[in-house]
Amino acid sequence: MDLSVNIAGLRLKNPVIAASGTFGFGREYSEYFDLNKLGGISVKGLTLEPRKGNPPPRIAETPAGILNSVGLQNPGVHAFIEHEIPFIRKYDTAIIANVAANSVEEYCTMVEILSDADIDAIELNVSCPNVKQGCLLFGSTAQGILQVTSAVRKVCKKPLIVKLTPNVTDITEMAKAAEDAGADCVSLINTLLGMAIDIDSKKPVLANITGGLSGPAVKPVAVRMVYQVANSVKIPVIGMGGICNADDAIEFLLAGAQAIMVGTAGFVNPNVWVEVKEGIELYMENHGFRSVQEINEALIV
Amino acid sequence: MSNHLKIVETKMLAEKIFLVRLKSETIAKSAVPGQFINIKCCDGLDAFLRRPISILRTDPYEGTFDFVFMVKGKGTDILSRLKCDDFIDCMGPLGKGFTLPVKGEKVWVVGGGIGIFPLFFLLERSTDVQKTSFLGFRAKDSIVLQNEFERVSDKVIITTDDGSYGIHGLVTKPFLERLEREKPDKVYTCGPMPMIKSIAEICIERGIFCEVSMEQRMGCGIGACLVCACKVKHGDDFEYEHVCKDGPVFPAERLIF
Ligand SMILES: Cc1cc2nc3c(=O)[nH]c(=O)nc-3n(C[C@H](O)[C@H](O)[C@H](O)COP(=O)(O)OP(=O)(O)OC[C@H]3O[C@@H](n4cnc5c(N)ncnc54)[C@H](O)[C@@H]3O)c2cc1C
Ligand SMILES: Cc1cc2nc3c(=O)[nH]c(=O)nc-3n(C[C@H](O)[C@H](O)[C@H](O)COP(=O)(O)O)c2cc1C
Ligand code: FES
Repeated sequence: MDLSVNIAGLRLKNPVIAASGTFGFGREYSEYFDLNKLGGISVKGLTLEPRKGNPPPRIAETPAGILNSVGLQNPGVHAFIEHEIPFIRKYDTAIIANVAANSVEEYCTMVEILSDADIDAIELNVSCPNVKQGCLLFGSTAQGILQVTSAVRKVCKKPLIVKLTPNVTDITEMAKAAEDAGADCVSLINTLLGMAIDIDSKKPVLANITGGLSGPAVKPVAVRMVYQVANSVKIPVIGMGGICNADDAIEFLLAGAQAIMVGTAGFVNPNVWVEVKEGIELYMENHGFRSVQEINEALIV
Repeated sequence: MSNHLKIVETKMLAEKIFLVRLKSETIAKSAVPGQFINIKCCDGLDAFLRRPISILRTDPYEGTFDFVFMVKGKGTDILSRLKCDDFIDCMGPLGKGFTLPVKGEKVWVVGGGIGIFPLFFLLERSTDVQKTSFLGFRAKDSIVLQNEFERVSDKVIITTDDGSYGIHGLVTKPFLERLEREKPDKVYTCGPMPMIKSIAEICIERGIFCEVSMEQRMGCGIGACLVCACKVKHGDDFEYEHVCKDGPVFPAERLIF
């Protein structure tokens, strides 16, 4: 039985990846479980300069999920390279740099810098709902995705993943645009734009008013989108959105995702990534699957 | 670490206010005043996130610790229905605690509502110091742990918003009055935002050491998700630090309210 997957040159020893923004740079969770057990870590969304992020409250609990409006608080790409890569490299797990920017030029500058850094792949975040400009603007239209991805492709020396937002009319159009522009892989879904109001204070719960919905509440939407995208592009798909256990993860694998990411569930269960990995292993054993790819091909419709 | 801890005692202290005693050798031995635990109130998707609650006291000999909570919403309501021998899924102890006072110092704690609980732990662990507690409650029937505070303090001053017990009004009033006569070495405060803000400002103005325990909505509780932001000074600029990991206790002069 082989848990490893190869996603356009990105080799993962298992298909379980920590989702960007929910896992920092791995330091905190390293005190809770052995990071060597992860297929990879998609680090906190990076920007060229350090970013302070949005004012609090930045989180609201909603039925079976959360809204967040962190707004890409991060130390900047240079601090990441200097201080965080050496830490994560102590572990045998893939490093995926999640990149956000305000303009095509800035995306390219960052990808150039990161192409020379000791990382394993780049995930273009064209889908953050919590910053005022750039980012989501590119990800909301096929034209925008095409524009950013093709420019970045020219300077990118690492496997290139484009992370898609679900806040669009037809996600397959976005995935096709990424594929046409030379992306090696697409990951989805980022958070769904949402809002919560405190009826006593009559104010929005989040200081930013709106935020991104994640957690189990989004899972059926995410599975549907992964299924649609996997059936409309040839490049590999990384699936995420609400995975809380191995059963959830296997749904995504059956829907066509070669690998999966888990985020929000880790807030509640810091051991979730290990449990998901072990549960996938057990499922493969029980159902006679020898590789993750065999699961990808097993959906009966 | 995340652990299922056994409830060895529960007690209703006042309407909607409950004390819970849990068995945990690790937390009983390692927790310091100001730290908190992060509780999953029930299995499954209801009250999805963990709830942060301060540690009230530990008993290293019995291997137990206590917390007190007020029923606010869904999660704490579920907690209030748990009984002896039930288990609670806890992570902790988490966060950075208070700077303990040194021998001979004059210590004042100023707490309001649910903010009094971490201050109790601090008082209990501060020995050979002179201790005064200023505690603010909504009304007489919401006063809890008065005897316990009296046991660990040299003096306890109680205020109620409606004047039904002790001094009528906010805790800042007797605090300011006493400041006219004497100066504490260390002030610690936790409670509603307007209260901690004015205590912090008063202390900064007079050059008195002051630490504040902050509250913020949390996700992971360990410093990874960055949602529990707290605005602090950073040179001429500001930075968002995180209540769960950099705090909940912050030096007053660093905070931007
Ligand atoms: C460091 C720290 C220590 C605390 N210590 C205590 C304590 O000792 N005793 C006590 O009674 N309460 C304490 N609180 C407040 C307690 O966490 C909230 O009252 C509780 O989370 C409310 O949950 P709920 O499900 O009843 O309310 P709901 O309103 O249903 O909660 C919805 C969401 O908002 C969050 N939330 C609501 N109010 C608060 C708040 N004031 N602070 C942080 N998150 C909040 C909840 O955690 C949950 O994610 C503390 C908070 C913090 C940050
Ligand atoms: C607090 C928080 C911060 C996030 N930050 C980022 C980010 O910086 N970059 C990014 O591409 N996605 C970010 N996301 C989205 C997640 O990576 C993921 O796409 C989404 O949460 C769905 O997965 P989940 O339900 O398993 O969390 C963030 C999500 C959360 C909850
Ligand atoms: S709650 Fe996640 S960083 Fe504080």
